[in-house]
Amino acid sequence: MLAFIAKRSLAVIPVMAVVSIVVFLLLRLSPGDPALVIAGENADAASVERIRMALGLDQPLVSQFLIWIRNMLGGDLGTSIFSKLPVTELIAQRIEPTASLALATMLFAILVAVPLGTVAGATAGSWLDRTLMAVSVIGFSVPAFVLGYCMIYVFSLRLGWAPVQGFTSISEGILPFLRSIALPTVTLGLAYLVLIARITRASVLEMMGEDFIRTARAKGVSERLVITRHALRNAAIPILTVIGIGVALLISGVVVIETVFNIPGIGRLVVDAILKRDYPVIQGVILIFSAVYVLVNLAIDIGYALLDPRVRY
Amino acid sequence: MTTQPPIVDIRNLTVSLPIGGDRRSAVEEVSLSVSKGEIVCVVGESGSGKSVTAQAIMGLLPKTFARPSGAIMFDGEDILHTSTQRLRALRGRDIGMIFQEPMTALNPVHTVGAQIDEVLRTHLSLPSDERFDRVVNAMEEVGLPDPSRLYHTFPHQLSGGQRQRVLIAAALILEPRLLIADEPTTALDVTTQAQILRQIRDLQRSRGMGILFITHDIGVVAEIADRVVVMKSGRVVESGPVHRILTRPEADYTRMLIAAVPTLHAARPEEPTQGPLALEVNGIAKTYSVRSTFGAAREVVALKPTSLTLHRGETIGVIGESGSGKSTLARCITQLIEPTAGAARLVGEAGGKPFRRRIQVVFQDPYRSLNPRRTVGQSIIEGPMNFGASKADAWAKARELMSLVGLEPKALNRYPHQFSGGQRQRISIARALAMEPEILVADEAVSALDVSVQAQVLKLIDDVQKRFNLAILFITHDLRVAAQICDRILVMHRGQLVEEGSVRAVFASPSHDYTRRLLDSIPGRQVAAAA
Repeated sequence: MLAFIAKRSLAVIPVMAVVSIVVFLLLRLSPGDPALVIAGENADAASVERIRMALGLDQPLVSQFLIWIRNMLGGDLGTSIFSKLPVTELIAQRIEPTASLALATMLFAILVAVPLGTVAGATAGSWLDRTLMAVSVIGFSVPAFVLGYCMIYVFSLRLGWAPVQGFTSISEGILPFLRSIALPTVTLGLAYLVLIARITRASVLEMMGEDFIRTARAKGVSERLVITRHALRNAAIPILTVIGIGVALLISGVVVIETVFNIPGIGRLVVDAILKRDYPVIQGVILIFSAVYVLVNLAIDIGYALLDPRVRY
Repeated sequence: MTTQPPIVDIRNLTVSLPIGGDRRSAVEEVSLSVSKGEIVCVVGESGSGKSVTAQAIMGLLPKTFARPSGAIMFDGEDILHTSTQRLRALRGRDIGMIFQEPMTALNPVHTVGAQIDEVLRTHLSLPSDERFDRVVNAMEEVGLPDPSRLYHTFPHQLSGGQRQRVLIAAALILEPRLLIADEPTTALDVTTQAQILRQIRDLQRSRGMGILFITHDIGVVAEIADRVVVMKSGRVVESGPVHRILTRPEADYTRMLIAAVPTLHAARPEEPTQGPLALEVNGIAKTYSVRSTFGAAREVVALKPTSLTLHRGETIGVIGESGSGKSTLARCITQLIEPTAGAARLVGEAGGKPFRRRIQVVFQDPYRSLNPRRTVGQSIIEGPMNFGASKADAWAKARELMSLVGLEPKALNRYPHQFSGGQRQRISIARALAMEPEILVADEAVSALDVSVQAQVLKLIDDVQKRFNLAILFITHDLRVAAQICDRILVMHRGQLVEEGSVRAVFASPSHDYTRRLLDSIPGRQVAAAA
């Protein structure tokens, strides 16, 4: 088991290497020159050139890349072209709202979706199952920003249960924190929740037809345990897979939701950086997001092996 | 034995099928009983309702079945019309059940020990060390080696026979009064089947429980039954003591079932007329290397160097149990896998025909070897069209082949699920013949079929062989089937060819110890010999 974990973890290194090359090239090769942007519209060629040299943009691509990699490995993601602050510091300032939102969303989605999907799968064809699945189609179809503004209208403006926008740190009390994060979490989590619920339903439903379910019933095991201990446990692999894939959904969703609810997180940071062509910031954020995605999926790979004894590579 | 009061007494059980099915009910007016210390075999082909009857006792019928009518009295209590709670208390404690597929009947993510233990946890409240001891004892009783180690293994680490033993241990750990065994040995190798049957018999004798044993195999009936109930299309056709049923059957259907059991007598003449050489296999071998995480690669020999020759018009049977290498041999010869050493050579005039047109395979599972999303016609014409036949020609050929294998040419536009297992295997044969091959490899081609259907398909294979002068390599685990269709047989054991000869010679005087064991394990040899 330890050997398996070690081997899987080592496989992260080449993946991250490829990610960093792609991230680096993507931005260098895209149109738009940051030196021009910084210098402003009326600047002359000489000052643009000066800025370009100061940023190291005049050097060959390969040496730019090597410098970048070396700095990155030393924990230095560069300095923002505009705010002149280190990228790591910018990210550190903004990580709390984003991390809170992402974790809360994952927890919310999983804790609601898995039980719902399991019940729907175990009672497939019942009114409960059909209602849940019909609602889930709606949940998946509504765009996050539409849902977000609707929720703000109902729960913030009409009922006054939650703040309209902004973020309250957990250090200022658990209740204000939860109030501030509730609407963004539900908005961001709905599509994710529906995805997990549908996969859970399909997977549990498939397992309910397996021979070992009949064996368990023949042993006199109660229906609740038949569903949880036997069906759900075997259905876990596809559920885990979709949770992992869904992290990508979550990351792109964060960018939208932070804008809708005006949350000062990494999503907002990267949107601003893209508008200004602030290369170091964009690279830093993409790198962080990629690392999170890769690590979550590493955890899921290890989860496979823990859940299913047949998975040992 | 019939003087004992019955443990289970089924009276006029009727289970209706959903409207729109091909008949009104899965079982109709079925009455049968099992007494203490008695083994009652319910025998019938697929669709006879035997499994539905068994599942109705346990209340395990799929939801699609309407509520059954009639009565099932268990020790005087009607359990057909009782609460699910009461039924759950009986399951596993008073009635044990074992199933056909030991490969899938165990939960793959729990240890086998935990799955036996689940019965104890469900029905008793005992401390865990006491439960562990009881589980280990139960495992020991069914002959599982080193039970305290095996307790912690997962199902995929055990063989089919061991898994079935685990299921038996779980079913019997609380000493139920009734055991329902639904085709428990059908999926097992013949030598394993013999051991498991003996084991069930011994346990039944020492405990005096009643057993309801479901099977399609008259041979198994002869081995184990005290009384027999013959079912057909949901009804009981005849029942009585085993000896009477087997020697003086009253119903035509029973006679047909008994007659359809292939006998061990060689059907073909000792000296077959041999055509020209078709296939020459020289020292073909296959080794897999299994890589472990960090250690060195481990070699698994699937097939030791094997040689054989096959002539036109001749059928060679390759006999062996799972893991014997018989399928590996077939796949190496047909180039579905790459042999590690040696080669198979197609002899004779190729006439420009590519390899795949000269040798064709009919696979075991007619339910899965045809693409469910294509009509059978599309499946049949695909091969010839890959090799440049025009669509019109391929369709004409397909129509001709359909009538040859005994099916309506019109049916070419239908999908595989619209055919029965036997019909699908006929289609698979037509698909293979569409390539006009010289050599046909039949890999367990009749193993999944009911005996009466099996006999028909064997006859078809025999007919097409004569018609096209085919050379046939017939892979099977069933010696009785091999005797029907083969001229010569090769016996394989652990990747090695251990015996070779004419059917008559091998059966009359097997020289290898393993062949002798195989022959001894055939269920119901007495019946086969008497027929």
